[in-house]
Amino acid sequence: MQSVIVENIIKNYRTKKETVEALKGISFSVDKGEIFGLIGPDGAGKTSIFRILTTLLLADSGAATVDGFDVVKDYKKIRNRVGYMPGRFSLYQDLSVQENLEFFAAIFNTTIRENYNLIKDIYQQIEPFKTRKAGQLSGGMKQKLALSCALIHKPSVLFLDEPTTGVDAVSRKEFWEMLHRLKMEGITILVSTPYMDEASLCDRVALMQKGVIMTINTPAGIISGFKKPIWAMRSSEMYRLMNAVKEDETVESCFPFGQYQHIVFKNPGNDEQRLQEIARKGNFTQVEIQSIRPNIEDCFMALMQQ
Amino acid sequence: MENDKVITAHELTKKFGHFIAVDHISFDVHKGEIFGFLGANGAGKTTAMRMLCGLSLPSSGKASVAGFDVYKQNEQIKKNIGYMSQKFSLYEDLTIGENIDFYAGIYGLSNKQIKEKKNDLLNRLKISGQEKTLVRDLPLGWKQKLAFSIAIIHNPAIVFLDEPTGGVDPITRREFWSLIYEASAGGITAFVTTHYMDEAEYCNRVSVMVDGRIEALDTPANLMKNFSTDSMNGVFLQLARKALRSE
Repeated sequence: MQSVIVENIIKNYRTKKETVEALKGISFSVDKGEIFGLIGPDGAGKTSIFRILTTLLLADSGAATVDGFDVVKDYKKIRNRVGYMPGRFSLYQDLSVQENLEFFAAIFNTTIRENYNLIKDIYQQIEPFKTRKAGQLSGGMKQKLALSCALIHKPSVLFLDEPTTGVDAVSRKEFWEMLHRLKMEGITILVSTPYMDEASLCDRVALMQKGVIMTINTPAGIISGFKKPIWAMRSSEMYRLMNAVKEDETVESCFPFGQYQHIVFKNPGNDEQRLQEIARKGNFTQVEIQSIRPNIEDCFMALMQQ
Repeated sequence: MENDKVITAHELTKKFGHFIAVDHISFDVHKGEIFGFLGANGAGKTTAMRMLCGLSLPSSGKASVAGFDVYKQNEQIKKNIGYMSQKFSLYEDLTIGENIDFYAGIYGLSNKQIKEKKNDLLNRLKISGQEKTLVRDLPLGWKQKLAFSIAIIHNPAIVFLDEPTGGVDPITRREFWSLIYEASAGGITAFVTTHYMDEAEYCNRVSVMVDGRIEALDTPANLMKNFSTDSMNGVFLQLARKALRSE
């Protein structure tokens, strides 16, 4: 069964001067119990999709359902059964941690006790500060409280808009472990992120840019869609190496990835010899060349250039 | 090469009441170096950076930035550094040209210098003729490239970059790093914080802060070797997991 169905959604934002095309005809669906990722930079349209699906914004055209309910006609039913954590902290800053949680539980006609098992792992970490005002919490604690409030009514679909932006690598890892535990409870999760490496933690992802979905697939499927051989190369002088590789006319793309340059040729064949030739001509030292598997970011950049 | 050092910090400490935000950190940064300053949220990075920028007085310890003492010469420090963060950089309701004039003016450049620098900057970013465009109307990636170029318009000894690449697409993120490399090749030191671990590997040296202390400082290659892992992400996870405090 499909928890979310989006069909050809278009959304424009108009000001006096100009029209911004936020979503240019987007379609996708999310299976029940799936973790589905919207991956893309700022301006891709991720937040507009979240706001349309949580019935906070009307699309210009197209249709969408959540849990079988129409986002326009059945908006009240949707609001009762989804959880939404917006990118910007949206809880009551002048209520305490516990008051916020009680408030959201009351709105959804439930109690903290009823679904405590669902939020226990997360809420326990902020419970020592339960009398503190939400506005005085640190970023990481705000994030945990917001997730607890979004979960308190045991939603069937959870919408998380960039929950890990600006969060350090350790906290990001913990957050994803938590999402996988929620998936085990049967909750469908739609999550957006600008971090490409988090794509591999989703069941399926949509790679988005400027209001368009470039591709939808499993992380493995996206990687196997990268057809050309890709090479990693390094030397003692990385910036000079990058410029030397880019100057070669047979090179299609060269992007730095940590200690390596990832290189793709326009017409593959004898790639390794060509790279050795570049290294020899430029007198590069400590050269290392190897054939690699592309990662999601390689795929994203290749799609961007099409 | 003592005079090659652009930043020196010795036992630098900042306490807020009983809380030791920065706990006796010592390190040097060299001219033209790209220095990565990593740490989990709440490890003390922002507090340390504020002391180095002359915005917050240390509780104890010594530090000099661009040859100036952080206790006594913080006004000179502000004139000799550049600063850019994702959160605040340019004035959205001023044009590109007005932002350049404003910052260059603040840094005390003469009208003649401003004109020269402005032309040079617009040419280098390939946006000549767009001087009258409001910054608000620029795509995020362009804003960040422009903000960086303006942050070094007065040719500072060092530029502080606080999570400069958040939210931008992966190609723009790499173009941004090319600008950092160019600046570094021109002798400007870059002091960078980031949550992207692949970006940590672009740095000449990287420090990792845990609970207010610098727990590791070395080249990315040596750190990966010492922690028996093939990525900075692996190094970071091993170190930051030891943290007892969060934000």
